[in-house]
Amino acid sequence: MLRYISQRLLMMIPTLLGVAILVFLMLRMMGGDPVEVMLRGEGANVSQEIIEAERVRLGLDQPVPVQFAKWLGGMMTGDFGVSMWTGKPVAQEIASRLQLSLQVAVMATILAVLIAIPLGTLSALYKDSWIDHLVRVISIAGLAVPSFWLGMIIILTLLTLFHWHPPVMFTPFFENPRENLSQLIWPALAVGYRYSAVATRMMRSTLLEVLQEDYIRTARAKGVFERLVVIRHALRNALLPVVTVVGLEFAFLIGGLVVTEQVFNLNGIGKLFVEAVSRSDFTMVQALVLLVASFFIIINFVIDLLYAWLDPRIRYR
Amino acid sequence: MKLRYAALAFALTAVAGPALAQSPKSGGTLSFAVSAEPPNYDCHAQSSFAFIHPVRPHYSTLLKFDGPNYPQVTGDLAESWTISPDGLTFTFKLRKGVKFHDGSAFTSEDIRATYDRLRNPSEGVRSLRVESYRDIASIETPDAHTVVFKLSKPNASMLANFASPWDCVYSAAKLKEDPKFPERNILGTGPFTFVEHQAGSHWVGRKFNDYFEPGKPYLDGYRSVFMRGAAMVNALSAGQVLAEFRGHSPADRDRLVQALGDRAVVLESPWVCSLVVSFNTSKKPFDDARVRRALSLAIDRWAGAEALQRIALVRHVGGVLRPGYELATGNDDLAKLPGFSRDIKASREEARRLLKEAGVEKLNFKLTNRNVAMPYTPVGVFLIDQWRQIGLNVEHEQLETRLYLAAQQRGNPTYDAALDFNCDFMDEPNLQLMKYVSADRSALNYSGHTDRKLDNLFDQQSGELDKAKRKAIVAEFEKHLLEEAYVIPTIWWHRIIVLHKELKGWDMMPSHYVGQDLTNVWLDR
Repeated sequence: MLRYISQRLLMMIPTLLGVAILVFLMLRMMGGDPVEVMLRGEGANVSQEIIEAERVRLGLDQPVPVQFAKWLGGMMTGDFGVSMWTGKPVAQEIASRLQLSLQVAVMATILAVLIAIPLGTLSALYKDSWIDHLVRVISIAGLAVPSFWLGMIIILTLLTLFHWHPPVMFTPFFENPRENLSQLIWPALAVGYRYSAVATRMMRSTLLEVLQEDYIRTARAKGVFERLVVIRHALRNALLPVVTVVGLEFAFLIGGLVVTEQVFNLNGIGKLFVEAVSRSDFTMVQALVLLVASFFIIINFVIDLLYAWLDPRIRYR
Repeated sequence: MKLRYAALAFALTAVAGPALAQSPKSGGTLSFAVSAEPPNYDCHAQSSFAFIHPVRPHYSTLLKFDGPNYPQVTGDLAESWTISPDGLTFTFKLRKGVKFHDGSAFTSEDIRATYDRLRNPSEGVRSLRVESYRDIASIETPDAHTVVFKLSKPNASMLANFASPWDCVYSAAKLKEDPKFPERNILGTGPFTFVEHQAGSHWVGRKFNDYFEPGKPYLDGYRSVFMRGAAMVNALSAGQVLAEFRGHSPADRDRLVQALGDRAVVLESPWVCSLVVSFNTSKKPFDDARVRRALSLAIDRWAGAEALQRIALVRHVGGVLRPGYELATGNDDLAKLPGFSRDIKASREEARRLLKEAGVEKLNFKLTNRNVAMPYTPVGVFLIDQWRQIGLNVEHEQLETRLYLAAQQRGNPTYDAALDFNCDFMDEPNLQLMKYVSADRSALNYSGHTDRKLDNLFDQQSGELDKAKRKAIVAEFEKHLLEEAYVIPTIWWHRIIVLHKELKGWDMMPSHYVGQDLTNVWLDR
């Protein structure tokens, strides 16, 4: 197992290197000049000399391979560079937003799991009953309704019915849990609902498959209580694909909630991503892409380890 | 429905008048929204309202605009001033007892260091105001509270330039230690000290107890929350923020008035912002003045302003200067200029004739525009419709900023026609006309044209201190520009601000860059 773990960790390096090369080149092929955006984007009367001086300061006058080597070299030493827009260290800008994005992702995941597993199970156990139909309608609605739209409806409902709006500024959980949750519960709900819809449908379909297996029939024939059949035998096997779905969705949440963050005015990674792209802040975009790629890789890895825990037959060498 | 809201808003605005006579109350923290955030903290290197709104309250300037009496200027750090009869010497007497936020004393040396930095920045320092102060030949400080600016030639805008919100006064001592000190540090003499900037989230300022105006500021502090779009409108509706000082669209205004009811105060004014169309004069057929003039003649600006004001924040028909400004051409004279005739039928016939003469009757081209909804999209759509009226097929290409700027890149522009904006902090020909002078004179010239007549007229009006004569020169500039039509004005913007009624003491001016020091703002709670 240890060998497997170290192999997987080593595999991260070429994967991330490939991502780094791709994003670096794509940004420079995209067109547009970050210095022009920074200095002329608001209509300032800026001479060409100032623009050229800024390009030199940011190293954009260097050949692309030189820029890449410099950036990569910095990354090896933990220096992710400075934002072309603010001049502040990229790591600092990301760190200040990562806490919020992570919390929303965790809360949405918890909500999704708490909704998906019971509902998916009930739906499978009472297949074709009114319970099954109701759960399927709820989950299809969750798939159909964009989470940002649901977020807007939540906000408008709170405003219209209760004349109340969630706090507009982020308060860390340990500073003031009530303030923190009163802001983040709503986006977590909006996102978690869609998230749970995906997981509910996966839970239902995999459980239905598992319930047809021979060992389930055997357990029932032996007189095992139905609840134990489901919980101890069926669920554990049915959870494997659900774990995959939940994990991948979690990774997506880290940088993928752009519009939801706008709706709820969340200062998260998604918002930072959009701003960095629109400003052509190359260093920031590069760092963010690598961050999200790293999350996906790590979460995939954790999922694989969870597989081994859930299913003792799976052993990695 | 809209008439009802307009009447309500008018009533609310009318109520705001007598309410201003109340005695200001001290206390409270003002929360307001800003839809973007400053990249760094250096006034001299910025040009966006995103900088002004959170940062300006920390600083003072030499002069500032007198809110209720715009465009008159009043002293900020200057107590009084004199101008020599030839307009070449400006002598300012500075306030005494002014302190920076770190307790150090403000003197005339700080003014000199600030303006030296603005007009002649050292290596690595960026100033976007070099052009504005090119005529300053020297700055003298005969004593600690007197500063004398000597100009190399008369400049009609110089006094107003000293009221620029971008001319934040910095500490000479700090600049001497590090000329780039203001990029990452806030140290001013303004009414509020810097507390916190949480990137992407908010900016906080606290009352400066040693501010030079006794009893002010009234607020204990302020908080700028960075938010935009629907989130901002919702937060305003709920009272989480009390204002947004840039401007709202008509639809957002109506929604806010509906949500806030009698808690809303709506303020509206013309705006020193316009949309202009630049033609790429390095590309055929836009190198032909007949084609450019034809495209200008086809636009019914009067009808367009009437229609667009309902859905966009444009309203006023004007030429190169804001309609209503004392040097701007009045409507009657404007209607005699190419592109501004009220007889659109005749104008369009003339347009078709010109295009036929130029051999491009069925011209197809692209209008390059920003992908910003307000007001670019509706005005872009309007222009395309107007050109369709004379048989032209125009594609609307809306690009994000970096691609939009790339299309207009000086030296290698690829666009055909582009919709651009021209916003300034004050009504001033030296600012507004920079868009139209030759490419080798102005970095704002994206059409690539060279026209020495325009350049000469610009220089003449810049040095003309007599207002009547200056107005005549500007009128000649405008006439020539509209005949050549390298860059054509379309419609001027209209500023709509919705405040919570408890916010008092803020003066509406025709620019979102000025009046943002918050010195006189108070909360009626």
